[in-house]
Amino acid sequence: MATERPGVGSPREVPILRVENLAISYETRYGEVTAVRDVSFEIGRGETLGIVGESGCGKSTVAFGIVNFLGRNGRIVSGRILFQGQDLVGRSERELRRLRGDRIAMVYQDPMQALNPSLRIGDQMAEVLIVHRRMKKDEAEERCIRMLERVYMPDPANVMRRYPHQLSGGQQQRVVIAMALLNDPALLIMDEPSTALDVTVEAAVLDLINDLQEEFDTAIMYISHNLGVIARVSDKVAVMYAGEVVERAAAEEIFLHPSHPYTLGLMRCVPRLGMEKASSYLHPIRGRVPPPNRLPPGCVFEPRCDFARPECAERRPPLKRLTDGHWVRCFFADEVASKGQEALAARWRKEATVHEPQREPTETILTVQDARVYYSVPARRLFSREKPVVKAVDGVSFHVPKQRTLGIVGESGCGKSTLVRAIIGLEKLSGGGMEFMGFDISVPVSKRDLDLIRNIQMVFQNPDATLNPSFTVGFQIARPLRRFRAVPKDRVKDEVIRLLNLMKLDASYYDRLPRQLSGGEKQRVAIARAIAARPELVLCDEPVSALDVSVQAAVLNLLLEVQRELGTTMLFIAHDLSVVRFFCDDIAVMYLGQIVEIGPAEAIYAPPYHPYTEALLSAVPIPDPTAEQRQIRLSGSVPSALNPPSGCRFHTRCPRREWLPDGGRICEVEPPPWQADTEEHRILCHIPLEQLRRMEAVVSEEVRDAG
Amino acid sequence: METEKKSRLRKFWESISIVLRSPTAAVGLAIVLFWVFVAIFAPLLAPHDPLAQDASAINQGPSPTYPLGTDNLGRDILSRLIYGSRVILILAPVSVLASVIVGTVLGLVGGYFGGIVDEIVMRILDAVMAFPTILLYLIIIAAIGPSPLNVVLAITFVGAPGIARLVRGLTLDIRTRDYIRAAEARGESALYIMFVEILPNARGPLIIDALLRVGYAIFAIGTLGFLGLGLPPPTPDWGGMISEARKYIWTNPLGVLWPALAIASLVVGLNLFADGLREETMRYQ
Repeated sequence: MATERPGVGSPREVPILRVENLAISYETRYGEVTAVRDVSFEIGRGETLGIVGESGCGKSTVAFGIVNFLGRNGRIVSGRILFQGQDLVGRSERELRRLRGDRIAMVYQDPMQALNPSLRIGDQMAEVLIVHRRMKKDEAEERCIRMLERVYMPDPANVMRRYPHQLSGGQQQRVVIAMALLNDPALLIMDEPSTALDVTVEAAVLDLINDLQEEFDTAIMYISHNLGVIARVSDKVAVMYAGEVVERAAAEEIFLHPSHPYTLGLMRCVPRLGMEKASSYLHPIRGRVPPPNRLPPGCVFEPRCDFARPECAERRPPLKRLTDGHWVRCFFADEVASKGQEALAARWRKEATVHEPQREPTETILTVQDARVYYSVPARRLFSREKPVVKAVDGVSFHVPKQRTLGIVGESGCGKSTLVRAIIGLEKLSGGGMEFMGFDISVPVSKRDLDLIRNIQMVFQNPDATLNPSFTVGFQIARPLRRFRAVPKDRVKDEVIRLLNLMKLDASYYDRLPRQLSGGEKQRVAIARAIAARPELVLCDEPVSALDVSVQAAVLNLLLEVQRELGTTMLFIAHDLSVVRFFCDDIAVMYLGQIVEIGPAEAIYAPPYHPYTEALLSAVPIPDPTAEQRQIRLSGSVPSALNPPSGCRFHTRCPRREWLPDGGRICEVEPPPWQADTEEHRILCHIPLEQLRRMEAVVSEEVRDAG
Repeated sequence: METEKKSRLRKFWESISIVLRSPTAAVGLAIVLFWVFVAIFAPLLAPHDPLAQDASAINQGPSPTYPLGTDNLGRDILSRLIYGSRVILILAPVSVLASVIVGTVLGLVGGYFGGIVDEIVMRILDAVMAFPTILLYLIIIAAIGPSPLNVVLAITFVGAPGIARLVRGLTLDIRTRDYIRAAEARGESALYIMFVEILPNARGPLIIDALLRVGYAIFAIGTLGFLGLGLPPPTPDWGGMISEARKYIWTNPLGVLWPALAIASLVVGLNLFADGLREETMRYQ
């Protein structure tokens, strides 16, 4: 992806942005805290610099420093920010405006924050041109429409007349990007612009950014925590840790020869799309990012580093040059680089089986038969007779064998969470049946008996909302133990501490309040609470998607351990397909309230695919710029469940319809049949299996050699 | 046990020091504590019996015997003020506590159950809130007669709907959190979820609102006293004192000033404290 462009890196050309030894500090209650120090990099014309690191590493602070947006309590302590050769530091607001003009634009994570909800898209966009360029209204609108076309917005003239809330998240982000490009900026700063979007939408936005860069020749500074995303868009990469740039190199160089232990750690802790549950173990980075007021005295990464020697704790390593353009802040970079090669290769080699595969047929623990969850929504008009109905889950059937894990994937709004909430009894079934361990569970939780309730528990997505902020960790883990009388009263505390230990937390956590815990720790407590009463079935609703990658690995490993130790059956919802592949034995792909493909994990990730699965797989960002991945992009977003498309629900977005005679007329009219590839692997599609089998694999599954 | 007690004490001091970091809250707390002190030690502080009449000194200005002067029956204003603080510092918090209890229960029920239950509860409360407060006080007291208990009842009745609205709003937000889902998935009873899972997380705004309401309650008691609907005479009651002294405002203007100042200082103190507390807790989050 990172192709050499003429002019890039030639010494005579002045870079668009050059940051030298930048240090930024914030005034806080605890005194002045340095959030960013010694940061240097440059971005040339038409170049994309990816900045990657966990949350709290100072990525956004650097971006805010450049646009002078540090707020009242932040200031640039030292260093220079050269924009087109002119220093921006220490200038007055007016001088800044003259130097910077409208030539730096910024795109944030949440497009709704950037758009004014009470103005039409057209008015907001045109305003930029009318104010900055003193353009006439007609002319401005004309240009806005052209710009929307360039960001591949369908039906731009119509979009101009809409309000932000009438657009989907992906469309909103396109509008924001188009707005940022209206003034033809020399530098575009993007702070996690695709993080809040679905994979399929994210993939389209990333493609757009790549296209735009070629077309507009803009310098882009792209901030993300996701290595896969960074690999897809960047020419150069800077890895930030605890306010410092710890490694900086060309994209391919950094992904093939990571030389800082942190970079290596980041790569080893994310599951790769090809990884299987049976043969893999994630390598989390222990500990967490130190807060900026408590940095270690020596190397900032020393407390978490596997390569650390005594001197690392004493002296701060300087940024040293490894090869041309590859800078690392580590004393032992050469050693890390060579060991890293081995470690990365080992990660990709299919070797010793870590997890016992559960392949022998076991008894079925959960059966869902034609489950339906409908909501009636308030009628649009005051006196309308019929109430519109949202079919959130519409005729879903599957069964889960004991001690296996079923993964459920799909874009947001496809009904995954509703389905899981129906199983646990928080949502009323409108039709169909569910059976768990031989008991009927198609009734809400209030009508189930205590033993049944005990046996189905749940882990939630948002670590900040999963624990009650008013009670200590110990109390919250003890609650299910007391309620289900899982252990005698006098042994509750011992059991809680045992559970904490199982979650790799020590007994001192017993008396802590949730606000004293990090996100990963909260999620571990939530898992402890869910498994406390030894349920047979644990439902996990995106348990790791809100966590940093290094923490995510630790939590996933813990869940795997729990499952091995207690023999728990799991339902695992996630939107990250590499995580699901890594974690699950079987996978169900959902689209608009229906399962479209279900089967063993390895069957889902290889042809034959359902066209929707194929598109999902091709959208996953892979943290390797050399990876071969076919590009299949879906147009538009998931249609409303109020009015699902007739026939096959996917026909409005299906890229494979034309394989059928007559351009897939049948897809619009007739609901597709289930086709069985093997006994366990089924696909809901009109296209004959033979044809689906001839599909190419989305990601080439070649396995790297250690040499 | 010993260490547990110690850490409790330390936590208490920590929270106190957080409050005192805000000058607003510190000043407010000082004023309130001053009045609490006065109320507790009233018999020691008051130079005279608040009910004793001195026929030789009627409607007098300040003098060595009567530092703040006397009222129309020759009673010592200072002593009456001191004893009056007792009345108000018991009635106001008790009535607010009562309205907090009633309002919280209604708000929790409406907010958590939603639907038709919420609709019924809230419409009734809206009806109560539609009346001007003064009018409501007058109607209630006129109907059930002036007495300390009835003052408390009136203030509870008038104050509860506002608190119910506040708690309902907080409940609507809190009940969407995942920990409520987790409790429901454990099959907890609605009572447990409302009072153990939801209520503790609403306490911050609730405490601050209650503090402000103590201020309003003091006003209300003063107003009722002024209108002659408060505590029956000769109980020393600040509102009643103002009302009495108002008749002699031309001969003894200071007689009105002192009780008015007392009410104002206590209310301002409470408001300052509540404001400072709110600021500090906001920053804490």
